[in-house]
Amino acid sequence: MTDPAIRVDHVSKRFRLYHERNQSLKASVMRGRRARYEEFWALDDVSFDVPVGSTFGLIGENGSGKSTMLKCMARILRPESGDITLRGKMSALLELGAGFHPELSGRENVYLNGAILGLSKKQLQSRFDEIVEFAGIEQFIDSPVKNYSSGMYVRLGFSVAINVDPDVLLIDEVLAVGDADFQRKCSEKIAEFRKQGKTIVIVSHSLPSVRTLCDEVALLEHGTLRDLGAAPAVIDHYLADAFSDRSDEGGHPRWGSGEVRIEAIEVVGVAGRTGVRPRTGEELVLRFHYRAREPVSDVMIGMAIETVEGVVVTGPNTRESGLRCDRLVGDGFVDFRVPRLMLLGGTYDVTAAVYSIDGLHPFDHVPHLLRFDVDQGEPLEENGLVSLGGTWEGEALRALEIRERAG
Amino acid sequence: MTALREYAANRELLLNLTLRELRSKYKKSVLGWTWSLLNPVASVVIYTVVFSVFLNIQPPRGDPSGLKSFVLFLLCALVPWNFVSSGLMASLDSIVGNANLIKKVYFPRELLVASTIGSLLVTFCIELGVVAVFLLVAGNMVLPWIPVVLFLMALLTVSLVGAGLVLSVTNVYFRDVKHFVNIAMQALFYSAPIVYPITVVPKHKEILGVDVPVREIYRLNPLVRFIEGFRDVLYNLRMPSIETLLYLVAWAGGLLVVGLWAFRKLEPRLAEEV
Repeated sequence: MTDPAIRVDHVSKRFRLYHERNQSLKASVMRGRRARYEEFWALDDVSFDVPVGSTFGLIGENGSGKSTMLKCMARILRPESGDITLRGKMSALLELGAGFHPELSGRENVYLNGAILGLSKKQLQSRFDEIVEFAGIEQFIDSPVKNYSSGMYVRLGFSVAINVDPDVLLIDEVLAVGDADFQRKCSEKIAEFRKQGKTIVIVSHSLPSVRTLCDEVALLEHGTLRDLGAAPAVIDHYLADAFSDRSDEGGHPRWGSGEVRIEAIEVVGVAGRTGVRPRTGEELVLRFHYRAREPVSDVMIGMAIETVEGVVVTGPNTRESGLRCDRLVGDGFVDFRVPRLMLLGGTYDVTAAVYSIDGLHPFDHVPHLLRFDVDQGEPLEENGLVSLGGTWEGEALRALEIRERAG
Repeated sequence: MTALREYAANRELLLNLTLRELRSKYKKSVLGWTWSLLNPVASVVIYTVVFSVFLNIQPPRGDPSGLKSFVLFLLCALVPWNFVSSGLMASLDSIVGNANLIKKVYFPRELLVASTIGSLLVTFCIELGVVAVFLLVAGNMVLPWIPVVLFLMALLTVSLVGAGLVLSVTNVYFRDVKHFVNIAMQALFYSAPIVYPITVVPKHKEILGVDVPVREIYRLNPLVRFIEGFRDVLYNLRMPSIETLLYLVAWAGGLLVVGLWAFRKLEPRLAEEV
């Protein structure tokens, strides 16, 4: 087996949290020491390998230590214990255009930034045109960068960093910059990197992009390695943990002026039975319980059904059905009735909302108020999110025996 | 050894950072580079009026050059002093002022101090060049002494890098290092024979019944020796004593070693503390 591109070996990193940030000698003398601080381990004994040529994702919630890990890899922070060995030339895209001097021209900054990132003058000269063209700022290259728009600034920074031609590229969520055209260029450049067999480490919050970009993923939680493995497996695992039992929590994130609120959503079965599990092909009634603290008029009630990955499947509301809530007073409910549920088996989140009829004023908006499971039913389809209820027709088609259908 | 190789690999970066300092220094100023000459001119005028005209301090006659001019006497010491004071003050800010760079990119951080001193060295060279022209006009043939001047400049630069490394990194942890150095600078200025000849300092003095060799204690200050050295070579046109040169080599080496040691010791957490 070949050596990994990056070997993270029992790395721990400690930060000091100062209680008062008074960096004066007098304060220290009075206190008898420098400043009181608490220690906190941002990384605690983390080990993993990043294979050569792989695209590696670091995920985790805020404060999980993923950015700290990236900075340790970039040698900006030095771990308290443990080693990080990195083979080949490394370039880090932590903050684009870091080290640009505002008073200097774009041209001067390209040379300066390139030198900081480890390019020789000769290499820079041969790539200069390419860098400027990629950033798309040919006509401004000789004006001071302080006059650049933030987009131009970042584009030039990215362009220099990417042209360092590293063996290992470290990226910290910087790709969400620039216009669509520039983002496309960045994605292409990264795809090209992967094709050339270079190693990329990405820190990101965007799980969909990690899922599509990365081969392997490390999940960090409170500075420790929670999970490591192939991207889809780790991400699914993470999502399942992070979002379970949400409907039971009291403190929902919600917004709106609050005169009327959706208190709960209930899945109601045949004959008004509550707490049933919906099944594909059967009737589904979602009951929205509201409570109006003050009477409100001319409102609409709406909702959205999403998959746990955040794909919106549908988002109906009363106005689009040609209805309006004339006057809401006190407690009550409205039902959303689906005679034949076309959602396929799986887990879904329901977001509820009450808006003024023009859609401009939110009274209440509660994301993911209810999570419910749909069991497999009729039609017995497995792929995708919904059934269209279509039928197959043709001379050659014959009906299957029941037991064969399970397949 | 690896450290040395790292420095060699980063020569180009050092050059680039130095150029950045130089280029950005006088951007947006009408007179630009002229400022680096106007500053010493102003000091020379002020000191000459106060010390030569008002206080009537007599410059010693150059031995063996025979030159006698307060302005030139002053310039031979004031120009190196300017390098020292601007070097120390600028290196204080060289880490704190580049926080954004330190938090985002890796490179040997010592280079920030070295490039700061390096950019001031360029100013120092220009100023010394102008002084040399004045001296030549006044009849002091300084050209054969250039190698010695360069040697002294090298020693002074190394000393400043050493001191700058310590100051820059301690200033990250204690911001009042800067205020302290500001005050120390005034004392340092009068602690060396810049605006007055060294003969003003008594050789011996009896303090509380004890005979104190004041002049020898005074000359322990390496700045005094640097000023003596520059003045010997430029004003007097004579070789500084071997003892002085060796003393300065020892100081330069010592400062550099201490500077690197302190820097290395405090450097690992710079990105967090700055």
